[in-house]
Amino acid sequence: MATRSEAETARRGTAPRAATPRPARQRNRTLWFWIFVGPFAAGLALFTYVPLAWSVYLSFFDAHNTVSPTDFVGLDNYTAMLGDPSFRAALLTFAVFTAFIVPATYALSLGLALAVNRLRFAQAFFRSVFFLPTACSYVVAALVWKLSIFNGVRFGLANTVLGWFGADQIAWLSTTDPPWYWLVIVTVRLWLQAGFYMVLFLAGLQRVPPQLYEAAAVDGARPGWQTFRYITFPALRATSVAVVLLLVIGAFQAFDEFYTLLSDARGYPPYARPPLVYLYYTALGQGQNLGLGSAGAVILALIIAVVTVVQARWFGLGGRDEKAV
Amino acid sequence: MPISRRRLLTTGGGLALAGGLAAACGSNTGRDDNGSRSQLSQWYHQYGEPGTEPAVRRYAKAYRNADVRVQWRPGNYDQQTAAALLTDSGPDVFEVNGPTLDQIRGGQVVDLTDLVNGVKDDFHPAALAPKTHDGRVWAVPQVIDTQVLYYRKSLLEKAGVKPPRTLDELVDAAKKLTDEKTKGLFLGNDGGAGVLGGTPLHAAGLSLVTADGKVGFDDPAAARTLGKIRRLYADKSLLLGAPADWSDPSALVQGLTAMQWSGLWALPQVKKALGDDFGVLPFPSDGPNGRPAVPVGAYGSAVSTRSRHKEAAKAYVKWLWVERTDFQQDFALSYGFHIPARVSLAKKADKLGSGAAADIVRFTVDHGYAQPLLWTVASQTAYQDALSRIIKDGADPGAELRAAVRATEAELRRVKKTS
Repeated sequence: MATRSEAETARRGTAPRAATPRPARQRNRTLWFWIFVGPFAAGLALFTYVPLAWSVYLSFFDAHNTVSPTDFVGLDNYTAMLGDPSFRAALLTFAVFTAFIVPATYALSLGLALAVNRLRFAQAFFRSVFFLPTACSYVVAALVWKLSIFNGVRFGLANTVLGWFGADQIAWLSTTDPPWYWLVIVTVRLWLQAGFYMVLFLAGLQRVPPQLYEAAAVDGARPGWQTFRYITFPALRATSVAVVLLLVIGAFQAFDEFYTLLSDARGYPPYARPPLVYLYYTALGQGQNLGLGSAGAVILALIIAVVTVVQARWFGLGGRDEKAV
Repeated sequence: MPISRRRLLTTGGGLALAGGLAAACGSNTGRDDNGSRSQLSQWYHQYGEPGTEPAVRRYAKAYRNADVRVQWRPGNYDQQTAAALLTDSGPDVFEVNGPTLDQIRGGQVVDLTDLVNGVKDDFHPAALAPKTHDGRVWAVPQVIDTQVLYYRKSLLEKAGVKPPRTLDELVDAAKKLTDEKTKGLFLGNDGGAGVLGGTPLHAAGLSLVTADGKVGFDDPAAARTLGKIRRLYADKSLLLGAPADWSDPSALVQGLTAMQWSGLWALPQVKKALGDDFGVLPFPSDGPNGRPAVPVGAYGSAVSTRSRHKEAAKAYVKWLWVERTDFQQDFALSYGFHIPARVSLAKKADKLGSGAAADIVRFTVDHGYAQPLLWTVASQTAYQDALSRIIKDGADPGAELRAAVRATEAELRRVKKTS
């Protein structure tokens, strides 16, 4: 209702000079609101909400190689997807990846931030050096990791180092037992994103009031672990919540490095497929089973929604405590 | 009159909008059937060999009855065409490593049966079979590609190994050829799950899908054969994690491996680097019913159902890929290295008459098998995942294959249901 009256105001707003000055300004404001917000809203509707709704629609049809299907199949795509061991394996892959990458990045970036924050000189230099990898593309970094650092032959960097100690060559990405490929996947993302979260932590550290430390010192807190445990870490709570949320979202979106590192010459990754990679292959790859892929996407979206809600509850995001702070 | 900021913005926006509309309309002009020559767009995937692109543009230019615009498309070609075929802005004529059964069933490609009337028998049967569904032909084969086992003669001699004729001999040879610096065999960085596909099954005398549309590997022999590929991996005879994958002969040329499974296209490069120090073999046979096997694939030329000039597009395909045998010969052999899809042309070609090239041509005739149309992507994915688990994780081949058989049966039921 409100939108309609606003739209009408907007339309009338274009009428030349008939109205009294004050309402005209009011109308102009609505006009300008829509001029600035309109393109964005239209883009959002056209490129996000329409495809989203269409995807839900497709998920109830047998849509092989078509986006205008006619063969209604009800919930068949959903049961097929949930019964598909590969899809369940993809969810497991994602869970394992998150379990590795979130704590690892959190610990490393916090450590880097603490170290850089204590520097007396060259702080700007180290801050930039650690931040630089953030500017690198995931695909490029994954290729460097795959082709030069962790390739499986004797002249790969990792294997050269192993060679110095007389150890056997390891085919890092091709070995599933033990699953060495996780080392490659986790380290590449760690290298790429640790610097960015370090900057977030640095900002958080610099906002901790020095009086807190002074008071703690007066109360007899020893510098080092005790001060960190009881002063710094609790003071970083808001930053920590933001970092963990961003890390989990980032992990959900993981695609580039998995696909680049593990797909074969024909673009098919045989294992370690997070849901996005698997769905990409089913729906948009040679499979072109758009109905099944859409069903998977809807399931994934529901899982993400549930996880986000649980996470927000758990951290008390938007709760009374947070507002009080 | 001074131009206000607002007026400028509004007029500018209006102009941009009008321009956009004009451009959108503009792209339609010249595609009208009433015009003297209809405009056709033809898509190729990006061939690696220099000279191919100018050549296909030259062929297109030589065609008088339509204005053919060639698009040379790098990147994930199969996905690009699959997406473009859903829209009206896709190609009229396009080359395709298929078409897939679902593309045919979905009515995305035009029936081209009458184009090959009279010359049907001149096409290599393994190239035409996967383009044929229910007796209709859906694409005209352009060239044939195949894969073979390349080996370094000198390395085999040094290790006292004869070129392997059976899968057991291959397993032994790969083990003997492996030392600190060189691995015995390269089947791709994934250990062979991707590239081998149905080849080991054919080598065991089985198939992916039988001629009467049943699962072709529901047999204990399949598990036995795939178990031997696992042996290669467990023996650490396989090269893994090479910088370039199986489709590139670098690993063989650089001495990282003594034997490599690679494509026909690698032959010129191997020959240039190794001279006479190499030989080629089909995938060796296994078991009492076994026979050597090489996979045969063919890019074909297809016409999109969404084309506004279907008849003109069909006429062009007929002209280029049926009538102009001189262009077909040039395309297959002057730039890259492929076997012409027409048997008569393959026989005439000097380049294919001697040495390893002649061996490979003979393999395709004697041992070539094509992936059947009924072998859909879903079946292939299930089978490839099973193969990967057998090779790498040491999973039980019998149990893995049973799951793949079930997935394939479900797919075969699906495609039979409405066709």
